[in-house]
Amino acid sequence: MSKNKHQNKKVSGAKKLVYLDYASTTPTASEVSAAMAPYWSEKFGNPSNLYQIGRIAFDALESARFLVAKNFNCDPSEIIFTSGGTESCNLALRGMAKYFRAGHIITTNVEHHAVKNTADVLSREHFTVSIAPVEKNGIVNLEQIKKLIREDTFLISVMWVNNEIGTIQPIEKISRFIRKENVRRISKGLNKIYIHTDACQAVPYIKIDLSKIGIDLLSFNGSKVYGPKGAGGLFIRQKTPILPIMAGGEQELGIRPGTQSPALAVGLAKALDIISKKRATENIRLQKLRDWLWVKLAKKYPKIIFNGDKQIRIPSNINFSVPGVEGEAMTLMLDQEGIMASTGSACASNDLKPSYVLVAISLSDELAHSSIRLTLGKFTVKSDLEYFLIAFDKVYKKLKIIGT
Amino acid sequence: MLKFENCLYLRLDNENLKNMFDIKHNGVSWIYSDKVKKHFLNPKNFITGKTPRWKFNGYGTSGSAACGDVMRVWILVDAKTQKIKRFGWKTFGCASAIATTSMLSEMILNRGGMNIEKATLVTPQMIIAKLNGLPVKKVHCSVLSDRALKNAIEDFKKNLN
Repeated sequence: MSKNKHQNKKVSGAKKLVYLDYASTTPTASEVSAAMAPYWSEKFGNPSNLYQIGRIAFDALESARFLVAKNFNCDPSEIIFTSGGTESCNLALRGMAKYFRAGHIITTNVEHHAVKNTADVLSREHFTVSIAPVEKNGIVNLEQIKKLIREDTFLISVMWVNNEIGTIQPIEKISRFIRKENVRRISKGLNKIYIHTDACQAVPYIKIDLSKIGIDLLSFNGSKVYGPKGAGGLFIRQKTPILPIMAGGEQELGIRPGTQSPALAVGLAKALDIISKKRATENIRLQKLRDWLWVKLAKKYPKIIFNGDKQIRIPSNINFSVPGVEGEAMTLMLDQEGIMASTGSACASNDLKPSYVLVAISLSDELAHSSIRLTLGKFTVKSDLEYFLIAFDKVYKKLKIIGT
Repeated sequence: MLKFENCLYLRLDNENLKNMFDIKHNGVSWIYSDKVKKHFLNPKNFITGKTPRWKFNGYGTSGSAACGDVMRVWILVDAKTQKIKRFGWKTFGCASAIATTSMLSEMILNRGGMNIEKATLVTPQMIIAKLNGLPVKKVHCSVLSDRALKNAIEDFKKNLN
Protein backbone atom coordinates (compact mmCIF):
# COMPACT_ATOMS: atom_id res chain seq x y z
CA MET A 1 0.00 0.00 0.00
CA SER A 2 2.59 2.49 1.06
CA LYS A 3 4.74 1.46 -1.87
CA ASN A 4 1.87 2.14 -4.25
CA LYS A 5 1.32 5.52 -2.78
CA HIS A 6 4.96 6.38 -3.27
CA GLN A 7 4.82 5.32 -6.90
CA ASN A 8 1.75 7.43 -7.55
CA LYS A 9 3.47 10.44 -6.11
CA LYS A 10 6.45 9.89 -8.33
CA VAL A 11 4.28 9.66 -11.42
CA SER A 12 2.34 12.81 -10.64
CA GLY A 13 5.60 14.61 -9.93
CA ALA A 14 6.95 13.82 -13.38
CA LYS A 15 6.41 16.47 -16.01
CA LYS A 16 3.53 15.63 -18.29
CA LEU A 17 4.41 15.60 -21.96
CA VAL A 18 1.66 16.18 -24.50
CA TYR A 19 2.41 15.84 -28.20
CA LEU A 20 -0.05 17.82 -30.31
CA ASP A 21 1.88 18.04 -33.56
CA TYR A 22 0.94 14.85 -35.42
CA ALA A 23 0.72 16.78 -38.70
CA SER A 24 4.41 17.48 -38.34
CA THR A 25 5.36 13.87 -37.87
CA THR A 26 4.11 10.75 -36.10
CA PRO A 27 5.89 8.19 -33.93
CA THR A 28 6.62 5.00 -35.83
CA ALA A 29 4.15 2.34 -34.69
CA SER A 30 5.75 -0.55 -32.79
CA GLU A 31 4.24 -3.07 -35.25
CA VAL A 32 5.90 -1.11 -38.03
CA SER A 33 9.31 -1.09 -36.34
CA ALA A 34 8.93 -4.82 -35.72
CA ALA A 35 8.05 -5.50 -39.38
CA MET A 36 11.08 -3.51 -40.52
CA ALA A 37 13.54 -4.98 -38.03
CA PRO A 38 14.76 -8.05 -39.98
CA TYR A 39 15.61 -6.05 -43.11
CA TRP A 40 18.47 -4.01 -41.69
CA SER A 41 21.13 -6.52 -40.66
CA GLU A 42 19.73 -9.99 -40.95
CA LYS A 43 18.03 -9.90 -44.36
CA PHE A 44 20.28 -7.23 -45.75
CA GLY A 45 20.20 -8.19 -49.41
CA ASN A 46 19.99 -5.91 -52.41
CA PRO A 47 16.64 -6.51 -54.12
CA SER A 48 18.37 -6.43 -57.51
CA ASN A 49 20.58 -9.44 -56.72
CA LEU A 50 19.66 -12.88 -57.98
CA TYR A 51 21.03 -15.00 -55.17
CA GLN A 52 19.06 -16.00 -52.11
CA ILE A 53 19.36 -12.96 -49.82
CA GLY A 54 18.70 -10.73 -52.82
CA ARG A 55 15.55 -12.67 -53.60
CA ILE A 56 14.42 -12.39 -49.97
CA ALA A 57 14.87 -8.61 -50.15
CA PHE A 58 13.11 -8.52 -53.52
CA ASP A 59 10.16 -10.47 -52.13
CA ALA A 60 9.90 -8.11 -49.16
CA LEU A 61 10.00 -5.08 -51.44
CA GLU A 62 7.43 -6.44 -53.85
CA SER A 63 5.11 -7.63 -51.07
CA ALA A 64 5.30 -4.13 -49.65
CA ARG A 65 4.43 -2.68 -53.05
CA PHE A 66 1.53 -5.11 -53.31
CA LEU A 67 0.22 -4.10 -49.88
CA VAL A 68 0.47 -0.38 -50.67
CA ALA A 69 -1.35 -0.94 -53.96
CA LYS A 70 -4.04 -2.96 -52.20
CA ASN A 71 -4.71 -0.10 -49.81
CA PHE A 72 -4.96 2.44 -52.61
CA ASN A 73 -6.78 0.00 -54.91
CA CYS A 74 -4.36 0.34 -57.78
CA ASP A 75 -1.91 -1.91 -59.62
CA PRO A 76 1.38 -2.64 -57.75
CA SER A 77 3.35 -1.55 -60.81
CA GLU A 78 1.81 1.90 -60.38
CA ILE A 79 3.58 2.42 -57.04
CA ILE A 80 7.13 3.84 -56.98
CA PHE A 81 9.01 3.99 -53.69
CA THR A 82 10.83 7.24 -52.92
CA SER A 83 12.54 8.88 -49.96
CA GLY A 84 9.49 10.83 -48.82
CA GLY A 85 6.77 13.31 -49.68
CA THR A 86 9.11 15.99 -51.00
CA GLU A 87 10.83 13.62 -53.39
CA SER A 88 7.49 12.25 -54.59
CA CYS A 89 6.21 15.76 -55.35
CA ASN A 90 9.47 16.67 -57.08
CA LEU A 91 9.35 13.50 -59.17
CA ALA A 92 5.72 14.13 -60.12
CA LEU A 93 6.20 17.74 -61.20
CA ARG A 94 9.71 17.65 -62.61
CA GLY A 95 9.33 14.18 -64.09
CA MET A 96 6.31 15.24 -66.04
CA ALA A 97 7.83 18.61 -66.96
CA LYS A 98 10.83 16.75 -68.32
CA TYR A 99 8.61 14.83 -70.68
CA PHE A 100 6.60 17.86 -71.86
CA ARG A 101 9.66 20.16 -72.07
CA ALA A 102 7.46 23.27 -72.06
CA GLY A 103 3.92 24.20 -71.18
CA HIS A 104 1.61 25.34 -68.47
CA ILE A 105 1.14 24.10 -64.90
CA ILE A 106 -1.66 25.04 -62.50
CA THR A 107 -1.34 24.84 -58.74
CA THR A 108 -2.78 26.60 -55.67
CA ASN A 109 -1.45 29.17 -53.22
CA VAL A 110 -1.58 26.86 -50.20
CA GLU A 111 0.60 23.99 -51.46
CA HIS A 112 3.34 22.52 -49.31
CA HIS A 113 6.85 23.81 -50.08
CA ALA A 114 7.56 20.55 -51.91
CA VAL A 115 5.10 21.54 -54.65
CA LYS A 116 5.23 25.33 -54.27
CA ASN A 117 8.98 25.65 -54.67
CA THR A 118 9.21 22.95 -57.35
CA ALA A 119 6.62 24.87 -59.38
CA ASP A 120 8.64 28.01 -58.75
CA VAL A 121 11.78 26.37 -60.11
CA LEU A 122 9.90 25.16 -63.19
CA SER A 123 8.56 28.67 -63.80
CA ARG A 124 12.17 29.74 -64.24
CA GLU A 125 12.63 27.14 -66.95
CA HIS A 126 10.38 26.65 -69.94
CA PHE A 127 7.16 26.49 -68.01
CA THR A 128 4.47 28.92 -67.05
CA VAL A 129 2.85 28.43 -63.67
CA SER A 130 -0.55 29.76 -62.67
CA ILE A 131 -1.66 29.84 -59.08
CA ALA A 132 -5.30 29.35 -58.17
CA PRO A 133 -6.10 31.26 -54.98
CA VAL A 134 -8.11 29.57 -52.25
CA GLU A 135 -11.25 31.07 -50.75
CA LYS A 136 -11.24 32.56 -47.27
CA ASN A 137 -12.10 29.15 -45.86
CA GLY A 138 -8.88 27.68 -47.26
CA ILE A 139 -10.54 25.69 -50.03
CA VAL A 140 -9.92 26.18 -53.73
CA ASN A 141 -12.91 26.76 -55.95
CA LEU A 142 -13.03 24.61 -59.10
CA GLU A 143 -14.12 27.69 -61.05
CA GLN A 144 -10.78 29.34 -60.23
CA ILE A 145 -8.95 26.38 -61.74
CA LYS A 146 -11.23 26.26 -64.78
CA LYS A 147 -10.42 29.90 -65.50
CA LEU A 148 -6.70 29.18 -65.57
CA ILE A 149 -6.72 26.23 -67.98
CA ARG A 150 -4.89 26.95 -71.24
CA GLU A 151 -4.28 25.03 -74.42
CA ASP A 152 -0.79 24.09 -73.29
CA THR A 153 -1.76 23.11 -69.73
CA PHE A 154 -0.45 19.65 -69.01
CA LEU A 155 -0.49 19.41 -65.21
CA ILE A 156 -2.67 20.46 -62.31
CA SER A 157 -1.21 19.94 -58.85
CA VAL A 158 -3.54 20.42 -55.88
CA MET A 159 -2.87 19.11 -52.40
CA TRP A 160 -5.58 16.90 -50.97
CA VAL A 161 -5.39 18.16 -47.39
CA ASN A 162 -3.61 21.29 -46.26
CA ASN A 163 -0.89 20.67 -43.73
CA GLU A 164 -1.45 23.85 -41.73
CA ILE A 165 -5.18 24.42 -41.58
CA GLY A 166 -6.35 20.87 -42.36
CA THR A 167 -8.85 21.87 -45.04
CA ILE A 168 -9.81 19.25 -47.61
CA GLN A 169 -9.56 20.28 -51.25
CA PRO A 170 -12.24 19.13 -53.73
CA ILE A 171 -9.96 16.64 -55.48
CA GLU A 172 -12.80 14.40 -56.67
CA LYS A 173 -14.68 17.35 -58.12
CA ILE A 174 -11.56 18.61 -59.89
CA SER A 175 -10.73 15.17 -61.27
CA ARG A 176 -14.29 14.63 -62.53
CA PHE A 177 -14.19 17.95 -64.34
CA ILE A 178 -10.76 17.31 -65.83
CA ARG A 179 -11.82 13.87 -67.03
CA LYS A 180 -14.66 15.47 -69.01
CA GLU A 181 -12.44 18.31 -70.14
CA ASN A 182 -9.84 15.83 -71.38
CA VAL A 183 -12.37 14.11 -73.67
CA ARG A 184 -13.08 17.51 -75.22
CA ARG A 185 -9.38 18.36 -75.47
CA ILE A 186 -8.41 15.10 -77.12
CA SER A 187 -11.16 15.56 -79.72
CA LYS A 188 -9.65 18.97 -80.46
CA GLY A 189 -6.18 17.48 -80.81
CA LEU A 190 -4.87 18.98 -77.56
CA ASN A 191 -2.87 17.06 -74.96
CA LYS A 192 -4.47 15.59 -71.90
CA ILE A 193 -4.25 17.40 -68.57
CA TYR A 194 -2.81 15.25 -65.80
CA ILE A 195 -3.58 15.68 -62.10
CA HIS A 196 -1.11 15.36 -59.27
CA THR A 197 -2.17 15.51 -55.65
CA ASP A 198 0.03 15.74 -52.59
CA ALA A 199 -1.86 13.39 -50.29
CA CYS A 200 0.66 13.16 -47.45
CA GLN A 201 -1.74 14.79 -44.98
CA ALA A 202 -4.82 13.11 -46.43
CA VAL A 203 -3.86 9.45 -46.21
CA PRO A 204 -4.31 9.12 -42.44
CA TYR A 205 -7.90 10.41 -42.58
CA ILE A 206 -9.31 9.89 -46.07
CA LYS A 207 -9.88 6.52 -47.69
CA ILE A 208 -8.38 6.77 -51.14
CA ASP A 209 -9.68 4.47 -53.86
CA LEU A 210 -7.63 5.11 -56.98
CA SER A 211 -9.85 2.90 -59.14
CA LYS A 212 -12.66 5.40 -58.58
CA ILE A 213 -10.90 8.73 -58.60
CA GLY A 214 -9.29 10.09 -61.75
CA ILE A 215 -5.94 11.17 -60.36
CA ASP A 216 -2.79 10.43 -62.34
CA LEU A 217 -0.16 11.09 -59.70
CA LEU A 218 -0.44 10.87 -55.92
CA SER A 219 2.32 11.54 -53.39
CA PHE A 220 2.32 9.95 -49.95
CA ASN A 221 4.83 9.28 -47.19
CA GLY A 222 5.58 7.29 -44.07
CA SER A 223 6.26 10.09 -41.65
CA LYS A 224 2.59 11.15 -41.30
CA VAL A 225 1.11 7.66 -41.01
CA TYR A 226 3.06 6.21 -38.07
CA GLY A 227 5.55 4.78 -40.54
CA PRO A 228 9.27 5.42 -40.95
CA LYS A 229 10.62 8.84 -41.87
CA GLY A 230 12.60 8.84 -45.10
CA ALA A 231 10.05 6.58 -46.77
CA GLY A 232 7.59 7.77 -49.37
CA GLY A 233 5.84 6.74 -52.50
CA LEU A 234 4.40 8.07 -55.71
CA PHE A 235 1.42 6.55 -57.46
CA ILE A 236 1.84 6.92 -61.21
CA ARG A 237 -1.18 5.82 -63.21
CA GLN A 238 -0.49 3.57 -66.19
CA LYS A 239 0.58 5.48 -69.29
CA THR A 240 1.23 8.74 -67.44
CA PRO A 241 4.25 10.24 -69.19
CA ILE A 242 6.92 10.77 -66.56
CA LEU A 243 10.70 10.71 -66.91
CA PRO A 244 13.26 10.07 -64.15
CA ILE A 245 14.77 13.18 -62.60
CA MET A 246 17.89 11.35 -61.40
CA ALA A 247 20.18 9.29 -63.58
CA GLY A 248 21.11 5.86 -62.29
CA GLY A 249 20.16 2.22 -62.42
CA GLU A 250 17.04 0.44 -63.47
CA GLN A 251 15.39 0.29 -60.06
CA GLU A 252 11.72 1.25 -59.74
CA LEU A 253 11.21 0.83 -63.50
CA GLY A 254 14.07 3.26 -64.03
CA ILE A 255 11.86 6.11 -62.84
CA ARG A 256 13.54 6.30 -59.44
CA PRO A 257 17.04 4.85 -59.64
CA GLY A 258 19.02 3.83 -56.56
CA THR A 259 19.05 0.70 -54.43
CA GLN A 260 15.68 0.43 -52.73
CA SER A 261 15.36 0.00 -48.98
CA PRO A 262 13.25 -3.10 -48.32
CA ALA A 263 13.07 -2.12 -44.64
CA LEU A 264 11.58 1.29 -45.36
CA ALA A 265 9.21 -0.10 -48.00
CA VAL A 266 8.00 -2.79 -45.62
CA GLY A 267 7.53 -0.20 -42.88
CA LEU A 268 5.64 2.18 -45.12
CA ALA A 269 3.34 -0.58 -46.37
CA LYS A 270 2.67 -1.89 -42.88
CA ALA A 271 1.90 1.60 -41.60
CA LEU A 272 -0.54 2.27 -44.44
CA ASP A 273 -2.20 -1.08 -43.82
CA ILE A 274 -2.71 -0.34 -40.12
CA ILE A 275 -4.03 3.15 -40.91
CA SER A 276 -6.54 1.76 -43.43
CA LYS A 277 -7.93 -0.70 -40.90
CA LYS A 278 -8.34 1.82 -38.10
CA ARG A 279 -9.18 4.93 -40.09
CA ALA A 280 -12.97 4.96 -39.73
CA THR A 281 -13.09 4.47 -35.94
CA GLU A 282 -10.08 6.69 -35.32
CA ASN A 283 -11.65 9.51 -37.35
CA ILE A 284 -14.74 9.46 -35.15
CA ARG A 285 -12.66 9.40 -31.96
CA LEU A 286 -10.42 12.25 -33.09
CA GLN A 287 -13.29 14.39 -34.27
CA LYS A 288 -15.03 14.04 -30.90
CA LEU A 289 -11.86 15.10 -29.08
CA ARG A 290 -11.12 17.93 -31.49
CA ASP A 291 -14.66 19.31 -31.35
CA TRP A 292 -14.65 19.15 -27.57
CA LEU A 293 -11.47 21.24 -27.50
CA TRP A 294 -12.84 23.61 -30.14
CA VAL A 295 -16.00 24.34 -28.13
CA LYS A 296 -14.01 24.82 -24.91
CA LEU A 297 -11.62 27.26 -26.57
CA ALA A 298 -14.38 29.20 -28.32
CA LYS A 299 -16.32 29.55 -25.08
CA LYS A 300 -13.45 30.57 -22.86
CA TYR A 301 -11.66 32.86 -25.33
CA PRO A 302 -14.30 34.52 -27.50
CA LYS A 303 -11.65 36.58 -29.32
CA ILE A 304 -9.91 33.52 -30.76
CA ILE A 305 -10.22 33.17 -34.53
CA PHE A 306 -10.35 29.66 -35.97
CA ASN A 307 -8.57 29.24 -39.27
CA GLY A 308 -9.82 27.13 -42.17
CA ASP A 309 -13.27 25.79 -42.99
CA LYS A 310 -15.08 24.48 -39.92
CA GLN A 311 -16.68 21.49 -41.66
CA ILE A 312 -14.52 20.55 -44.63
CA ARG A 313 -11.40 19.64 -42.68
CA ILE A 314 -9.66 16.56 -41.35
CA PRO A 315 -10.82 15.50 -37.87
CA SER A 316 -7.46 15.98 -36.16
CA ASN A 317 -6.60 19.57 -37.01
CA ILE A 318 -7.40 22.75 -35.13
CA ASN A 319 -5.69 25.99 -36.11
CA PHE A 320 -6.48 29.24 -34.38
CA SER A 321 -5.14 32.76 -33.87
CA VAL A 322 -4.97 34.43 -30.50
CA PRO A 323 -5.10 38.21 -31.01
CA GLY A 324 -2.36 40.03 -29.14
CA VAL A 325 -0.25 36.98 -28.40
CA GLU A 326 2.75 36.11 -30.54
CA GLY A 327 2.94 32.52 -31.79
CA GLU A 328 6.60 31.70 -31.23
CA ALA A 329 6.51 32.95 -27.66
CA MET A 330 3.30 30.97 -27.15
CA THR A 331 4.73 27.69 -28.45
CA LEU A 332 7.95 28.12 -26.48
CA MET A 333 6.04 28.74 -23.27
CA LEU A 334 3.78 25.79 -24.00
CA ASP A 335 6.94 23.75 -24.48
CA GLN A 336 7.94 24.72 -20.95
CA GLU A 337 4.65 23.17 -19.82
CA GLY A 338 5.47 20.02 -21.79
CA ILE A 339 3.15 20.74 -24.69
CA MET A 340 4.40 20.35 -28.23
CA ALA A 341 2.53 22.41 -30.80
CA SER A 342 3.41 24.46 -33.87
CA THR A 343 2.85 28.01 -35.06
CA GLY A 344 2.55 29.92 -38.33
CA SER A 345 4.35 32.88 -36.83
CA ALA A 346 7.14 34.44 -38.83
CA CYS A 347 9.36 34.49 -35.78
CA ALA A 348 9.43 30.71 -35.81
CA SER A 349 10.24 30.40 -39.51
CA ASN A 350 13.56 30.54 -41.26
CA ASP A 351 12.68 33.41 -43.56
CA LEU A 352 10.96 35.45 -40.82
CA LYS A 353 7.77 35.68 -42.86
CA PRO A 354 4.37 34.59 -41.57
CA SER A 355 2.84 31.41 -42.94
CA TYR A 356 1.84 31.89 -46.59
CA VAL A 357 -1.11 29.57 -46.04
CA LEU A 358 -2.56 31.88 -43.40
CA VAL A 359 -1.86 34.89 -45.60
CA ALA A 360 -3.62 33.05 -48.46
CA ILE A 361 -6.81 32.79 -46.41
CA SER A 362 -6.72 36.58 -45.98
CA LEU A 363 -5.59 36.55 -42.39
CA SER A 364 -3.85 39.77 -41.37
CA ASP A 365 -0.11 39.55 -40.74
CA GLU A 366 -0.76 40.15 -37.07
CA LEU A 367 -3.19 37.26 -36.78
CA ALA A 368 -0.89 34.99 -38.77
CA HIS A 369 1.79 35.81 -36.23
CA SER A 370 -0.58 34.80 -33.45
CA SER A 371 -1.52 31.43 -34.88
CA ILE A 372 -1.12 28.05 -33.31
CA ARG A 373 -1.74 24.63 -34.84
CA LEU A 374 -2.73 21.62 -32.79
CA THR A 375 -2.96 18.26 -34.49
CA LEU A 376 -4.22 15.27 -32.56
CA GLY A 377 -3.32 11.66 -33.20
CA LYS A 378 -3.27 8.06 -32.15
CA PHE A 379 -2.07 8.63 -28.58
CA THR A 380 -4.08 11.78 -27.83
CA VAL A 381 -6.62 11.30 -25.05
CA LYS A 382 -9.02 13.69 -23.41
CA SER A 383 -6.82 14.26 -20.37
CA ASP A 384 -4.11 15.58 -22.71
CA LEU A 385 -6.50 18.21 -23.97
CA GLU A 386 -7.67 19.05 -20.47
CA TYR A 387 -4.03 19.53 -19.54
CA PHE A 388 -3.51 21.64 -22.64
CA LEU A 389 -6.35 23.96 -21.64
CA ILE A 390 -4.84 24.52 -18.20
CA ALA A 391 -1.36 25.18 -19.61
CA PHE A 392 -2.71 27.34 -22.42
CA ASP A 393 -4.60 29.52 -19.98
CA LYS A 394 -1.42 30.11 -18.00
CA VAL A 395 0.58 31.00 -21.11
CA TYR A 396 -2.21 33.11 -22.57
CA LYS A 397 -2.53 35.22 -19.43
CA LYS A 398 1.21 35.71 -19.12
CA LEU A 399 1.77 36.78 -22.73
CA LYS A 400 -1.40 38.84 -22.84
CA ILE A 401 -0.10 40.92 -19.94
CA ILE A 402 3.24 41.52 -21.65
CA GLY A 403 1.61 42.22 -25.00
CA THR A 404 -1.47 44.38 -24.49
CA MET B 1 2.87 34.75 -62.95
CA LEU B 2 4.43 33.00 -60.06
CA LYS B 3 6.35 35.05 -57.57
CA PHE B 4 7.47 33.31 -54.44
CA GLU B 5 9.55 35.68 -52.43
CA ASN B 6 10.88 33.16 -50.02
CA CYS B 7 12.13 30.74 -52.63
CA LEU B 8 15.79 29.96 -52.39
CA TYR B 9 16.31 30.62 -56.07
CA LEU B 10 15.05 34.16 -55.88
CA ARG B 11 17.56 35.00 -53.24
CA LEU B 12 20.30 34.37 -55.77
CA ASP B 13 19.66 37.87 -57.06
CA ASN B 14 20.41 39.85 -53.94
CA GLU B 15 23.07 40.28 -51.34
CA ASN B 16 22.25 36.95 -49.78
CA LEU B 17 24.14 35.33 -52.61
CA LYS B 18 27.47 35.69 -50.88
CA ASN B 19 26.09 34.24 -47.66
CA MET B 20 24.07 31.47 -49.25
CA PHE B 21 26.84 28.94 -49.41
CA ASP B 22 28.28 29.84 -46.00
CA ILE B 23 27.06 26.60 -44.50
CA LYS B 24 28.66 27.05 -41.11
CA HIS B 25 27.13 30.50 -40.69
CA ASN B 26 23.69 29.44 -41.91
CA GLY B 27 23.77 26.30 -39.82
CA VAL B 28 23.80 28.20 -36.54
CA SER B 29 21.19 26.56 -34.40
CA TRP B 30 17.86 27.93 -33.31
CA ILE B 31 18.51 26.99 -29.74
CA TYR B 32 18.29 29.87 -27.30
CA SER B 33 20.92 30.33 -24.61
CA ASP B 34 19.99 29.73 -20.97
CA LYS B 35 20.18 33.45 -20.33
CA VAL B 36 17.65 34.11 -23.11
CA LYS B 37 15.36 31.42 -21.72
CA LYS B 38 15.65 32.90 -18.23
CA HIS B 39 14.63 36.36 -19.40
CA PHE B 40 11.91 35.02 -21.69
CA LEU B 41 10.27 32.92 -19.01
CA ASN B 42 10.67 35.51 -16.25
CA PRO B 43 10.80 38.87 -17.99
CA LYS B 44 11.70 41.90 -15.89
CA ASN B 45 10.16 45.38 -15.79
CA PHE B 46 7.29 44.84 -18.21
CA ILE B 47 4.09 46.82 -17.76
CA THR B 48 0.97 44.95 -16.78
CA GLY B 49 -1.64 47.57 -17.64
CA LYS B 50 -2.15 49.68 -20.74
CA THR B 51 0.36 52.27 -19.49
CA PRO B 52 2.63 52.37 -16.44
CA ARG B 53 1.05 53.14 -13.09
CA TRP B 54 4.07 55.26 -12.32
CA LYS B 55 4.85 58.73 -13.68
CA PHE B 56 6.89 58.72 -16.91
CA ASN B 57 8.35 61.46 -19.08
CA GLY B 58 9.44 59.58 -22.18
CA TYR B 59 7.59 57.15 -24.47
CA GLY B 60 8.82 55.43 -27.63
CA THR B 61 7.82 52.62 -29.95
CA SER B 62 9.43 50.58 -32.71
CA GLY B 63 8.64 47.70 -35.04
CA SER B 64 5.29 46.90 -36.55
CA ALA B 65 2.72 44.17 -36.17
CA ALA B 66 3.40 43.16 -39.76
CA CYS B 67 6.88 42.10 -38.78
CA GLY B 68 5.50 40.31 -35.78
CA ASP B 69 6.99 42.54 -33.15
CA VAL B 70 5.72 45.78 -31.69
CA MET B 71 7.75 47.33 -28.94
CA ARG B 72 6.64 50.05 -26.53
CA VAL B 73 8.95 51.61 -23.97
CA TRP B 74 8.24 54.09 -21.17
CA ILE B 75 10.97 55.81 -19.18
CA LEU B 76 11.22 58.14 -16.23
CA VAL B 77 14.31 60.33 -16.47
CA ASP B 78 15.58 62.29 -13.50
CA ALA B 79 15.90 65.79 -15.00
CA LYS B 80 18.73 66.70 -12.61
CA THR B 81 20.99 63.70 -12.95
CA GLN B 82 19.85 62.80 -16.50
CA LYS B 83 19.63 59.22 -15.32
CA ILE B 84 16.88 56.78 -16.32
CA LYS B 85 15.17 55.91 -13.05
CA ARG B 86 12.38 53.72 -14.39
CA PHE B 87 12.03 51.64 -17.52
CA GLY B 88 8.80 49.87 -18.49
CA TRP B 89 7.98 48.00 -21.68
CA LYS B 90 5.38 45.95 -23.51
CA THR B 91 5.69 43.88 -26.66
CA PHE B 92 3.61 41.83 -29.02
CA GLY B 93 6.74 39.95 -29.83
CA CYS B 94 8.47 36.63 -29.92
CA ALA B 95 10.70 35.01 -27.31
CA SER B 96 13.83 36.90 -28.29
CA ALA B 97 12.03 40.23 -28.43
CA ILE B 98 10.84 39.62 -24.88
CA ALA B 99 14.25 38.44 -23.69
CA THR B 100 16.24 41.26 -25.28
CA THR B 101 13.96 43.95 -23.87
CA SER B 102 14.01 42.41 -20.43
CA MET B 103 17.82 42.32 -20.65
CA LEU B 104 17.99 45.92 -21.85
CA SER B 105 15.77 47.07 -18.98
CA GLU B 106 18.18 45.48 -16.51
CA MET B 107 21.19 47.03 -18.22
CA ILE B 108 19.55 50.45 -18.04
CA LEU B 109 18.35 50.25 -14.45
CA ASN B 110 21.50 48.69 -13.04
CA ARG B 111 23.52 50.76 -10.57
CA GLY B 112 20.96 53.50 -10.05
CA GLY B 113 20.06 54.02 -13.69
CA MET B 114 22.01 54.79 -16.84
CA ASN B 115 22.69 58.31 -18.09
CA ILE B 116 20.50 59.07 -21.14
CA GLU B 117 23.49 59.97 -23.34
CA LYS B 118 25.08 56.65 -22.49
CA ALA B 119 21.76 54.88 -23.02
CA THR B 120 21.49 56.14 -26.59
CA LEU B 121 24.80 54.43 -27.28
CA VAL B 122 23.56 50.96 -26.31
CA THR B 123 23.71 48.76 -29.40
CA PRO B 124 21.89 45.52 -30.19
CA GLN B 125 25.28 43.79 -30.11
CA MET B 126 25.77 44.84 -26.50
CA ILE B 127 22.40 43.38 -25.52
CA ILE B 128 23.09 40.17 -27.44
CA ALA B 129 26.48 39.81 -25.77
CA LYS B 130 24.82 40.11 -22.35
CA LEU B 131 22.41 37.34 -23.36
CA ASN B 132 25.29 35.06 -24.37
CA GLY B 133 24.25 35.27 -28.00
CA LEU B 134 21.12 34.97 -30.12
CA PRO B 135 20.43 32.80 -33.17
CA VAL B 136 21.56 34.82 -36.21
CA LYS B 137 18.05 35.02 -37.61
CA LYS B 138 16.65 36.52 -34.44
CA VAL B 139 19.10 39.39 -34.16
CA HIS B 140 16.61 41.86 -35.65
CA CYS B 141 14.33 41.36 -32.61
CA SER B 142 16.89 42.98 -30.35
CA VAL B 143 17.10 45.99 -32.64
CA LEU B 144 13.56 46.80 -31.61
CA SER B 145 14.15 47.46 -27.95
CA ASP B 146 17.17 49.72 -28.33
CA ARG B 147 15.35 51.70 -31.01
CA ALA B 148 12.24 52.06 -28.86
CA LEU B 149 14.44 53.26 -26.03
CA LYS B 150 16.12 55.82 -28.28
CA ASN B 151 12.69 57.05 -29.35
CA ALA B 152 11.63 57.32 -25.72
CA ILE B 153 14.74 59.39 -24.94
CA GLU B 154 13.98 61.62 -27.94
CA ASP B 155 10.47 62.01 -26.61
CA PHE B 156 11.82 62.98 -23.19
CA LYS B 157 14.09 65.65 -24.73
CA LYS B 158 11.22 67.00 -26.79
CA ASN B 159 9.03 67.23 -23.69
CA LEU B 160 11.74 69.28 -21.96
CA ASN B 161 11.65 72.01 -24.55
